[in-house]
Amino acid sequence: MTVMQVVFLVTAVVSLGGAVMVVTTRNLIHAALWLILTLFGVAVMYGLLSAPFFTVIQVVIYIGAIAILMIFAIMLTRRVKQEPGSSVNKGWWLAGLMALVLFTALVWMLSTWPGFQTTLPELPQDFDSIKVLGAALVSTEGYVIPFEIASVLLLAALIGSVAVAWERKS
Amino acid sequence: MASPDGFKAHMLNDWIFIGIFLLLAPIFPAAALLIPRLIAPRKPNSLKSETYECGIETYGETWVQFKAQYYIFALVFLIFDIEIVFLYPWAVAFEQLPMFAVFEGVLFILILVAGLFYTWRKGVLEWV
Amino acid sequence: MSDPVNSIAEWLRTILASWGLSEGLITVILAVLGVVILATFVLVVDILLVWIERKMVARFQDRFGPNRVGPYGIIQPIADVIKLLIKEDIMPMGADKFIFNLAPIIALATVLLLWAVVPLAPTVIGADINVAVLYVVAIGSIGTLGIIMAGWASNNKYALLGAFRTVATMIAYEVPMIIALLIPVLLARSMGMQTIVNAQSPWYIFIVPLAAVILFVSSIAELGRTPFDISEAESEIVAGFHIEYTGMKFGLFYAGELLHALTVSALIATIFLGGWRGPYVDQLPLLGPVYLFIKAFLVYYLIMWVRYSFPRVRIDQMLGFNWKFLTPLALFLLIVVAILDKAMADVNTVWYVLVMLGANLLIVWGTMMILRRYARIERVRIAEERPVARAPESDNNELVGQE
Repeated sequence: MTVMQVVFLVTAVVSLGGAVMVVTTRNLIHAALWLILTLFGVAVMYGLLSAPFFTVIQVVIYIGAIAILMIFAIMLTRRVKQEPGSSVNKGWWLAGLMALVLFTALVWMLSTWPGFQTTLPELPQDFDSIKVLGAALVSTEGYVIPFEIASVLLLAALIGSVAVAWERKS
Repeated sequence: MASPDGFKAHMLNDWIFIGIFLLLAPIFPAAALLIPRLIAPRKPNSLKSETYECGIETYGETWVQFKAQYYIFALVFLIFDIEIVFLYPWAVAFEQLPMFAVFEGVLFILILVAGLFYTWRKGVLEWV
Repeated sequence: MSDPVNSIAEWLRTILASWGLSEGLITVILAVLGVVILATFVLVVDILLVWIERKMVARFQDRFGPNRVGPYGIIQPIADVIKLLIKEDIMPMGADKFIFNLAPIIALATVLLLWAVVPLAPTVIGADINVAVLYVVAIGSIGTLGIIMAGWASNNKYALLGAFRTVATMIAYEVPMIIALLIPVLLARSMGMQTIVNAQSPWYIFIVPLAAVILFVSSIAELGRTPFDISEAESEIVAGFHIEYTGMKFGLFYAGELLHALTVSALIATIFLGGWRGPYVDQLPLLGPVYLFIKAFLVYYLIMWVRYSFPRVRIDQMLGFNWKFLTPLALFLLIVVAILDKAMADVNTVWYVLVMLGANLLIVWGTMMILRRYARIERVRIAEERPVARAPESDNNELVGQE
């Protein structure tokens, strides 16, 4: 069991445990904080996959912006304290069955995937993934159209959120 | 801790340092908090544990009807955060980019500046 | 004289190898050692900072500051620490215990984590990762989270309100901050700190001074210091998000804030003032940290100077300043720098610096012109007649008294 495997297992347990706590805890703010733990676990996994750029991006965007947005949204609602009542509804057995079926299907699909046996190409020693990403984002044979469309998408998100959330106070 | 001069150690060593730092950094303030547990007095009584409200007694629950303005500012921040994160690889790869690619990046920025001006004109950026 | 830190590291490595430990374990042990030494050194400097801050504020206010406890009051911070340690730790009723205790730990731990990427000498840096600049932003946003946790866990309306206002301003000012950090990344073509320092000949403050100013102003807002300390406005909402914190927990917030100021100063010094660069630093690497700390304290002095000279800014003014002024300005500067840098790709250094500097000053001049016009409009608007509140005329004024 190499060190990387141990680290991966710990990270996976933390992320999954956090995800379970998100949906089972009764206090909304606690749920948000468990979500942050899960997102942090995902960031660590990006690091384990030798993608440091995505590690820091995950923390900056997901934890630094989206999680804070969610916490603000939670605060805007009234009841944040314990919700009384059961945390499962009447159809829980159907949901459990579907989750089990989905899980089995995914496990079976992944176990028969030949991709695990292929060896990945060796990257040259001075391969700077961020430079390659940057060049690819704006090169005409690369992803320049999606790059610009992403900008338009963000603009649409901005205008849309203003249109939905903004009430002009007259 | 240091990168030996001349040969670039594997990137992993740097992240091991950060990982260990991440695990050890909370220990220092936690140790600072453990010392009072040993030596400071602990006599909670109902008056001391009361919530502070400038000397008067608390009334009402501890929630305040927050303005939607907080949420809107967080939204605008989120959009611009993502935008600038997109620009970081563009900036790192700047050496290899032709002038045309620079203009593509500028176009990216200008589209979002237009969005900023839109929200400005709509009056969204006022903290009413 | 070769690099002493690396020589010691290599010597320890050979000793540990001779004990038969594996390669990975040696790396981990050396990393732990490095972390402990770095964190301890930083915390000791933090204690010194308390003294520096109090002496400086005193001198700015034409008084002495602490001078009883030890020569020139140098033992004062230690006395403060002892006092905070023996104070009772009061937890308010209904507070969320775990989060209440976690918040100050996160506040200080995130500041300590920033020091992992500060380059101290040409070959001495905690972790020379190639995403160091974004790492700094990421750790900063975790710090923001600590503040929300503190405000929420206190079970106090005012703490929560203070926390929200603080977080709203901190996330707002993150935008010009990361744009201002993007500009040196663009000039150095890398996000790694050592690469940025190595690429600074001349220092970036001479090439893009406006970016340095934008970073400086945004950082002061991020730190929550005057003129942007609406979160701690003692006269307005008492102490903001840390009202309910007593004893050492409050001490951690306070010390964390001061240390954050020094850390940010060190980062500004690294990115814009050349970090460890200075005369003879190649021959004598030990001069590297000396130069870095001189520059860091210079920036810290500027931060203190601004703190003790300006009045507090209102929160709506603060947010308006950010979204309507700093962000468009920073984006415009980014566009100009990007285009100019590409256009002058083969020009020699002197012309390059002069043109960039000229462009910066031109933008500053243009901004001043726009601000002057805007200020004139504002002055006219504020000077207009507004109805004075007066009580409505009423016929029965028995309470007022007979005229």
